[in-house]
Amino acid sequence: MDASPSYRVRLDVFEGPLDLLLHLVKKNEVELPDIPIAEITDQYLAYLDLLRQLDLDVAGEYLVMAATLLHLKSRLLLPAEETPEEEEQGEDPREDLARQLLEYQRFKEAADRLLCRDLLDRDVFTRTPEEAAPGPREDAAYNLTLGDLLDALHDVVTRTQSAQAQHIELEQISLRDRVYAVLNAVRARGVVRLDQLFAHDASRLEVIVTLLAVLELAKTRMVRLEQEARFGPIVARLAVSPQEPMPQALEHL
Amino acid sequence: MTLDRVKAVAESLLFAAGEPLPMRRLIDVIGAPKADVKRALGALQAEYGGVHRGVRLMQVAGGYQFRTVTAHADYVKALGRNKPVRLSRAALETLAIVAYRQPITKVEIEAVRGVDVDGVLQSLLSRKLIQVLGRKDVPGRPWLYGTSRQFLEIFSLRNIADLPPLPEIQEPSVNPYAETDPQAGQPAPTDPEDPESGGSDVAARRGDTDPGGTGALEWTNGHATGDQG
Repeated sequence: MDASPSYRVRLDVFEGPLDLLLHLVKKNEVELPDIPIAEITDQYLAYLDLLRQLDLDVAGEYLVMAATLLHLKSRLLLPAEETPEEEEQGEDPREDLARQLLEYQRFKEAADRLLCRDLLDRDVFTRTPEEAAPGPREDAAYNLTLGDLLDALHDVVTRTQSAQAQHIELEQISLRDRVYAVLNAVRARGVVRLDQLFAHDASRLEVIVTLLAVLELAKTRMVRLEQEARFGPIVARLAVSPQEPMPQALEHL
Repeated sequence: MTLDRVKAVAESLLFAAGEPLPMRRLIDVIGAPKADVKRALGALQAEYGGVHRGVRLMQVAGGYQFRTVTAHADYVKALGRNKPVRLSRAALETLAIVAYRQPITKVEIEAVRGVDVDGVLQSLLSRKLIQVLGRKDVPGRPWLYGTSRQFLEIFSLRNIADLPPLPEIQEPSVNPYAETDPQAGQPAPTDPEDPESGGSDVAARRGDTDPGGTGALEWTNGHATGDQG
């Protein structure tokens, strides 16, 4: 029904045939049970014509109501004894329509009154449960900045510098090896504090490559970097199942 | 536990919870007798009911909840954190019908509104203002709809019986149906002492307004979008 083009009508003024009828009844200043069906029907049809002139599709409901009105009008024109038998003699054929209109009118008003209540987030406000209980984990992973990582790196570098051995030799540290090492550590324990990934006597190069390895793992979403509290330790958490193979990108480092 | 302490603990719980806390839950958590909790809540309500308070303790959706006073709405809005629910005219009328006639089927709603309500019902369901209550035991077993807890929270209602009586039609003398309507299962009248009406000044202001032509209506019409389908 929604998809059919004939239901596209969204008149700004009227919510449907009943609404339009109520408007006409009020405009004509008549009392509801005594609807002057002939006049109202003419006005109703004129309104539908206007809609068509405006090139608006008229919703099916409006047409059904038009048919109902025409039917009522024709019955009222007939002498009473010729009305169909299933209708009780003497009963005003407009009664059903009037009852429907009154009922609709009540709910229109009820709707208006609902709007006049103290509406949440319009008139009154509360603390929202989200604010009341923030989830630390997901947010923490989000809030971790590059600055935090650099701070952590700085801590490690300064710590390891003092313990640096004096003799110099060419170090062979491959990023790929460090990626494996870090991943294995994280796989084994699930969660590893970042500073624990760096040996106390690690060389500067080793620290840098290890950090690069951590970053590569974070980039490929193998691990997630989190910080539970401000200034707290940064941890690397395995973000995939332990069986998850190394991504292609890391294999070819 | 002294009454003062029950009151203070209850205050903490209500503040921390944010959402409406049912009496039952307060009693369980505090571990004090019901009578004490009740008295504590009454005392809190009285305390927060003062003129120079920005928060009131309201009874909403079957529980107790701290809510800002209506007079400060513009200030809180300026924080820009909360967006009021926006309902089209169609959605609002449908919601009113569901609220007063629940449990009700789609066909029954359509009989009142005279238009198809498929799209509007979906919209109300997705916004959790109404919910499916079950199926009606008639051929086709159509879904029965009713309002949700969220509906009570949004419209500041304690429960469904807290809904104001369905309006009578203005011309009672010429309207033989208003009184005899067998369907008119009106909820009990609102308690005039109803704490969540936000103070008598507000209640009076709101109550006197002709809802047909107020700014409150502009609020919906201005934002009425897309609920028809």
